[in-house]
Amino acid sequence: MNWLTNIIRPRIRSLVGAKEVPDNLWQKCPGCENLLFTRDLEARFNVCSHCGHHLRLPVKQRLNMLFDDGKYELIELPKVPSDPLKFRDSKKYADRLRDTQAKTGLKDAITVAAGTVGGQKIVIAVFNFNFMGGSMGMAVGEGIVRASEEAVSRRAALMIVPSSGGARMQEGILSLMQMPRTMIAVERVKRARLPYIVLLTDPTTGGVSASFAMVGDIHMAEPGATIGFAGRRVIEETVRETLPKDFQTAEYLREHGMVDMVVPRAEMRETLARILRLLMDRGASQGDVIGGSGKAKATGGGKSLSLNPPANTSSQGQLAAKRALRQVRAAKRALENLEGKESGRTRVGQ
Amino acid sequence: MITLDFEKPVLELENKIAELRHVNNGSGVNIAVEINRMQTKVDRLLQVAYGRLTPAQKVQVARHPGRPHFFDYVRSLIEDFTPLAGDRLFAEDEALVGGLGRFRGRSCVILGQEKGNDTQSRIRHNFGMPRPEGYRKAQRLMAMAGQFNLPIITLVDTAGAYPGVDAEARGQSEAIARSIESCLRAPVPIISVIIGEGGSGGAIAIATADRVYMLEHSIYSVISPEGCASILWRSASQAQEAAAALRLTAQDLLGFGLVDSIIPEPVGGAHRHREETIRRVGEAIESALIALTPWEAENIKESRAQKYLNFGRQLPAA
Ligand SMILES: [Zn+2]
Repeated sequence: MNWLTNIIRPRIRSLVGAKEVPDNLWQKCPGCENLLFTRDLEARFNVCSHCGHHLRLPVKQRLNMLFDDGKYELIELPKVPSDPLKFRDSKKYADRLRDTQAKTGLKDAITVAAGTVGGQKIVIAVFNFNFMGGSMGMAVGEGIVRASEEAVSRRAALMIVPSSGGARMQEGILSLMQMPRTMIAVERVKRARLPYIVLLTDPTTGGVSASFAMVGDIHMAEPGATIGFAGRRVIEETVRETLPKDFQTAEYLREHGMVDMVVPRAEMRETLARILRLLMDRGASQGDVIGGSGKAKATGGGKSLSLNPPANTSSQGQLAAKRALRQVRAAKRALENLEGKESGRTRVGQ
Repeated sequence: MITLDFEKPVLELENKIAELRHVNNGSGVNIAVEINRMQTKVDRLLQVAYGRLTPAQKVQVARHPGRPHFFDYVRSLIEDFTPLAGDRLFAEDEALVGGLGRFRGRSCVILGQEKGNDTQSRIRHNFGMPRPEGYRKAQRLMAMAGQFNLPIITLVDTAGAYPGVDAEARGQSEAIARSIESCLRAPVPIISVIIGEGGSGGAIAIATADRVYMLEHSIYSVISPEGCASILWRSASQAQEAAAALRLTAQDLLGFGLVDSIIPEPVGGAHRHREETIRRVGEAIESALIALTPWEAENIKESRAQKYLNFGRQLPAA
């Protein structure tokens, strides 16, 4: 009854060992089985030109795609104890870790970089699925803590891009503790009122989906990505029923209210830049907060009237505030009616 | 009562003692003396067996259906317990239960998983495996605790959050994540006791606390030994090896500095001495509460966060 990632196990197996950039000239699309010319595929950020299937995007390409001019600064991540449990299954975890490090040239499954997107400062932490299924152990947890600190100290937004089967079970209970630890990390970014954005990519499951990945201010997801808590196989064994075809896909999560938007890679950069601009460069309304004066100010050229009641403590003040609020609402209705008539539409009621 | 494999030799003796107690005296044998002699032997055997439980045996003991469950603790430790139902969003989930009550004179919020103790109640409580509704109710109760400045006590006993289609559709991941967030944002003391099984995300969702205690034979793990074995050993029958490799015993967790202390169980385990176990848990909670009182909202949140941030940074040499 655990949430580790049974479902993606076969895929982990097939991918561990595969290099980030394949040597072969041609690749078969997992979506439509067409053969794709690797160089074309890379030019299209690993999206199939026939069916639009989003193949996994190597970390470097992801960072190049997102940051302005493909320029970014890598953030050095702290060292962590590497094998706290002295874990061993068919192979020692210490050896497995060393082999994976040698094969990928990476220290662990997360890369953190800083730069700008659309001119706005941002720190981006990207999971590497090729590193033990992107599983979250102490190194990944510490990487996210570090990324959050970096975002806060730079007054930058934070984006995390999970691609992970869940917790790294070879680190046992210490991997479970990364759930609260990463929650604490992103909480600090929120407290600093900096945007925290999650870009859910394939797959985001288990302890990763059940912690920092589901508490973003904005949740973006890549088309077709598997996102969920329990693995598909575990669920099938538990409930003994056929699962919906689109079960646990990005689109399914959007339909169920867990994701704001499913964004194709081709639109990713622009969408992210727009969100960052809206949240970080608030333009004319910047700092325009209704105070205790009881006077409501129109913001943004009078188009959107704030309905926040002014802060008052006395009951007399509260009455006055309520009256003001009623007046503002009436004014807003009048404005909307006017706009409706002007554009030739008639509005009946609210 | 269910007998675990390693308890079988003891069980024969325990049965003989039970028979002896019913024998009509008059046979000339001093039965009381005989009973005492055998009981001493039983205690010694139990002490030996329970003193060297393997991790796999600990898993069995932690899951023993005769252990006290959430409502057993509440009945003994909480006065004026007032259960509160529902997440105000979708449903009531009886796998994760809780409410208001009075612990040693103080109003508090208490919540935890309830596994049930017969077929009917096990089904009603979904074997202690909460759905998102359960975790959203936990969020609601923790927020209420903050609102009224009441300490939070959580009793953790779950194989894990429920892996079902409906649970996924309603956002099991988000519900668990937000429950952890509620723990971190609580401006009041949170005291957690792992009373049986601490099953991964479904457990830590309500166990991100200022003080975390484990009963001596409880377990706390990122994945069940069976699940781990089927992934890493490709066979669930290797669960014994996985149980050892995962380092999931209370003693392991204390060694890693992840729990504050272990509450000793009476010899022979919590399922043999339910009331005494509950009493000891009550003592532990009370001393934690005394140590954490008085509290200041910002300080308690910050020290809780610091405690978790420090986890794993200075591990004792394994
Ligand atoms: Zn295709």
